[in-house]
Amino acid sequence: MLDVMISDPLFAIEVLVSGLLSGVMYSLVALGFALIFKASGVFNFAQGAFVLFAALTFVSILEMAWFGEGGGILYFIFCLIIALVVMAVYGIAVERIVLRPLVNQPLIILFMATIGLNFFTEGFAQSLWGTEVHPLDLGIPDMPWEPLRDATGMGITIYDMVAAGIAGILVLSLSLFFSEARTGRALRAVSDDHQAALSVGIPLQHIWAVTWGVAGGIALIAGILWGGKLGVHFSLSLLALKALPVLIIGGFDSIAGAIVGGLIIGASEKMAEVFIGPYFGGALENWFPYMLATVFLLFRPQGLFGEKIIERV
Amino acid sequence: MLYRESGQYKSSYAADQAIFPIRQDRWGVIAALLAIMFIVPLVASEYLLHSVLIPFLILSVAAMGLNILLGYCGQISLGTAGFMAVGAFAAYKFATGMSYLPTPVVFVLAGLVAAAVGVFFGLPSLRIKGFYLAVTTLGAHFFIEWVITHFGWFTNYSASGVISAPKIFLFGMPIESAESRYMFTLAIVIILALLMKNLVRSAIGRAWMAVRDMDVAAEVIGINLLRTKLIAFAVSSFYCGIAGAMYVFLYLGTVEPQGFDINRAFQVLFMVIIGGLGSVLGSFLGAAFIVMLPILITNVASIFGSAIPTHVLSNAELIVFGALIIFFLIVEPAGLARLWQIGKEKLRMWPFPY
Repeated sequence: MLDVMISDPLFAIEVLVSGLLSGVMYSLVALGFALIFKASGVFNFAQGAFVLFAALTFVSILEMAWFGEGGGILYFIFCLIIALVVMAVYGIAVERIVLRPLVNQPLIILFMATIGLNFFTEGFAQSLWGTEVHPLDLGIPDMPWEPLRDATGMGITIYDMVAAGIAGILVLSLSLFFSEARTGRALRAVSDDHQAALSVGIPLQHIWAVTWGVAGGIALIAGILWGGKLGVHFSLSLLALKALPVLIIGGFDSIAGAIVGGLIIGASEKMAEVFIGPYFGGALENWFPYMLATVFLLFRPQGLFGEKIIERV
Repeated sequence: MLYRESGQYKSSYAADQAIFPIRQDRWGVIAALLAIMFIVPLVASEYLLHSVLIPFLILSVAAMGLNILLGYCGQISLGTAGFMAVGAFAAYKFATGMSYLPTPVVFVLAGLVAAAVGVFFGLPSLRIKGFYLAVTTLGAHFFIEWVITHFGWFTNYSASGVISAPKIFLFGMPIESAESRYMFTLAIVIILALLMKNLVRSAIGRAWMAVRDMDVAAEVIGINLLRTKLIAFAVSSFYCGIAGAMYVFLYLGTVEPQGFDINRAFQVLFMVIIGGLGSVLGSFLGAAFIVMLPILITNVASIFGSAIPTHVLSNAELIVFGALIIFFLIVEPAGLARLWQIGKEKLRMWPFPY
């Protein structure tokens, strides 16, 4: 492994950078998990199915082309808004119908309910919009960026860079929202202590509805970006399994952790696949992130940025 | 009026510690067992035995295994399917490599191999808790799946990665017909259920429950966390391993590594949650519910005729399954075992409301 890196450092850097960029894509999915966990302590396994549902809704409305063919950027934004509304309504409905009756239940019960929700959402999305693969062209070329390739010979695609940029903006705005906005601060209060938040007059149910709505919106953005890369179909819902190690490296309740975890997982996964993979017959990417995450957790059981668990007897 | 313990005095410690202290329970269970053992194989059709009862019994063993870990020791694990796969492939290797071994010995050995693997992947549970542990056990699952598919030794270098269980014999009799496989499965299940019931009533079972309720407090009162958690992982994986071995040898006959995918782990997890955490009976009730539900949904759908295309049907199944799971969790989060308990209490009080 080392000799390849030394003999061809540019190749190693290329692998590293493309790994980092794909890691950002994982973070996008992980963000939705982290947001809900932070605000309500629910580990929402259905986030992957949300991504699928959001992307399917968006792409199906886009394909219907209500205002004639090629409605241009305005129609694109129109679809985006419709899908956003659909996801927000769905998220709020989930909070209302599934989670509200389960308040005060042990976390494992809530977790199982979201696995049930995962099945439901997968079935619902596919019966609504069909099971075929929808190609999605965002107009961003998935090609190596010419100036960089000419200068150094590295093939980093424009698409990955745009996706990373969008993820960066998303994280920045979410962090600002959590630290500056009134609702964001209320969210943090709720995640710290439900009862204390209630007692200072924070409307708990309203806050949870906001959280689920926002999580639906993040699912939409993740779904569109992943859909533009892979096409929109069932496998988008499996992204949840990719996001889990990202999440535990960063810590369940940390927005920044989701991004840092994504970078670590993306880079190390690509490096392992390219440099160690050939010795073991490949296909390491299914388990390698998990093992890496486990090693991290052995040293920091609450993840890198997770809140430290203090246990009192 | 019939179900009442009045007049039944316990005059020895043995009577006090009986599994079924009430006479009616005891006779009821014995009668039910006799019926399951001798009447069911006579009247049940081949389809019912092979496609419903045998998978139900096998998966309830896996559910018992997970219930030990999750329901009694409080350690969330998504590695169930992985440990089942370990048991299945270990049994296959033992049966093909050492064909002189009798089948029950093969099953026990497979369980022991799974237990060893389970202990290894249970080691992080000392530092890692809750959902973090769930994700690391999910990693164990993917790792096991990768090892089995990528190293041909485990499948005896079969090109497709599919293994076929060799014919099995018990005391020289071939176990081939659905009836004999049912009887053999049932015998194993009864032994394992008795073992579990007695384990959870013993010192180690109480230690598990103390760890579940609060591990720091358990440590303070002198429970060795390392030992207790690892024994839970070992026993749990032992059960899952035997379930995996039975799944290949007594149910499907042939299986590929993908037969034990992550959905299998969720399936067993559902059984434990819906059946009732920390209950032997719950494992069976949950397994029955989860095995029957898809069959029921398909049958109900077939009433509407073949007008529905299959992909619509499979999506509808997903929707109904997911919705029913959520419904059950909302209505009775403590599981079916709790409903059973409430029913028994009501019966005791009858005809008075309380």
